[in-house]
Amino acid sequence: MRAIGLVALHVFRDSVRDKVLYAVVAFAVLLIGASYLISQLTAGQDLKIIKDLGLAAMSLFGLFIAVFIGIGLIAKEIERRSIYAVLVKPVRRHEFIIGKYLGLVGTLAVNLGVMSVAYYAVLAYVGQTMSESALQAVPAPPADPRLLVAIALIGLELALVTAVALFCSTFSSNALTSAGLTVGLYIAGQFGADLKNFEQVIESPVAGAVGRGLYYLLPNFAAFDVKAQVVHGLPIESGYLAVTAAYGLAYVTVLVVASVMVFSRRDFK
Amino acid sequence: MTSSSGSGGRLPAARGAAAIFLLIGVIVTLQVVREHRFASAEPAAQVLYLSSPAVLTRAALSFDAIVADAYWIRAIQYYGRARLLRNVNARYDLLFPLLDLTTALDPQFTVAYRFGAFFLSERAPGGAGRPDLAIRLLEKAMAARPDRWEYPHDVGFVYYRQGDYVKAAEWFTRAAQVPGATNWLIPLAAVTLATGGDIRSSRLLWNNILSSSEEPWLRRTAEQRLRQLDTVEMIQQLEQVTADYERRHGRPPADWEELVGDGSLRGIPRDAAGHQFVLNPWWGAVTVTEDSPMWPLPADNPR
Repeated sequence: MRAIGLVALHVFRDSVRDKVLYAVVAFAVLLIGASYLISQLTAGQDLKIIKDLGLAAMSLFGLFIAVFIGIGLIAKEIERRSIYAVLVKPVRRHEFIIGKYLGLVGTLAVNLGVMSVAYYAVLAYVGQTMSESALQAVPAPPADPRLLVAIALIGLELALVTAVALFCSTFSSNALTSAGLTVGLYIAGQFGADLKNFEQVIESPVAGAVGRGLYYLLPNFAAFDVKAQVVHGLPIESGYLAVTAAYGLAYVTVLVVASVMVFSRRDFK
Repeated sequence: MTSSSGSGGRLPAARGAAAIFLLIGVIVTLQVVREHRFASAEPAAQVLYLSSPAVLTRAALSFDAIVADAYWIRAIQYYGRARLLRNVNARYDLLFPLLDLTTALDPQFTVAYRFGAFFLSERAPGGAGRPDLAIRLLEKAMAARPDRWEYPHDVGFVYYRQGDYVKAAEWFTRAAQVPGATNWLIPLAAVTLATGGDIRSSRLLWNNILSSSEEPWLRRTAEQRLRQLDTVEMIQQLEQVTADYERRHGRPPADWEELVGDGSLRGIPRDAAGHQFVLNPWWGAVTVTEDSPMWPLPADNPR
């Protein structure tokens, strides 16, 4: 466990040095600047748009961090040949992989936390500038605590993207290939509904069955997207959240275990 | 290359800052010169590169809400630009596709549906004059949120504007049947059926919209329409005065001063925004000046 913690801490420190936090600052500035500008353009929809923009920015920034740091976790170590220096140390391969994964997830969690603070600060400011009648007109209050549900699911989605990136980088030595595979799986994972209903648009039952099979096998990233519902103040069933969280955690576990298995058998000679 | 400053090849900070300021000055100057010397071309007609909601919702991945916001901003800019320019030939051809895309990306976007209902159904030059598209958008809204009374109410509003008071009353009644609906829908349906199209029922409709809406653009629209109704009432009274004058003198009044001198009016009449009315000396018709915020009066003026 100690070895895992040390690797995770190393990844976290390395990520921070990778100027990830600059992205967070850029995010906050973008959000604050945009909130002023867009309020002039949106015919009273500034609060909705600030909420949408904030959640989309968290998701997008997080995605970049997860993919581009995630693929570097292993692939860059192999490319730079620094993996040899690590493997001669008293760290077992599974500890190395799990530590790497937890380190990046920790970095993402800290980033998401800082972005959430900036997000709520902007929303609280906007809320203070709104009139009583305008506040009554919106479907959900500005600094709505229910937004945390969407943020938590974004976090879980990013944890899954990181696991995908980690898995891809264990069997591919090239960072670009790993990035392409991860982004490809992320995009494919947004089309779950289309894959599920594939048999309705094609005549071949085999292709339909393949589509349906892929729907169940590929990570369904669309399931983590509740941003619109939360912004509109619509209820989200706790059962849905529990099942989605369990799905995410199960998929992450599968990918980390698979990464450990691939990495353990990999010959770096 | 060797540095003359002797600072190891680095540009001194003060000189660097001065160079940056100087270059920014050059950039701004070039921008100003280009604007003055070369008249900017008329912006090309607006184009909607992606017009399929199905394609766009897929292309947006999990960022559909923010893409919907972008299309919403584009829709109101598209509509607002023509209104600000007071373009009487505006056709608003892209208004429906833009709102259709917005609501496909975010089916809960209430304001987009209601904005569309109001301005797609309004006759030119204030709107697109396409009540069919307004109703199509509202049908989509009702499918997404059957629990909201505002959408069937807005369908009734569209029929009201078309002068189909029976259907309007039918939809107001249907809106009243939605659980949690406001209590003025049943009286509105009754008044619409009985006296649809007169100023009293129009005033009731807009007053209800004003009192029940929290959306700023809708409140502003309702306030404007109520002031326009005041103006329409004033025009009707003034045309009565000019008709009386013509009966007495055998010709319409040449200008307002004649009516004031005649004792028919106490002063030069002004519309609800304080602008002098325009009197047509040939047939005594009264209208608002194009400079007035009341212009253009809605084409679907009540009787």
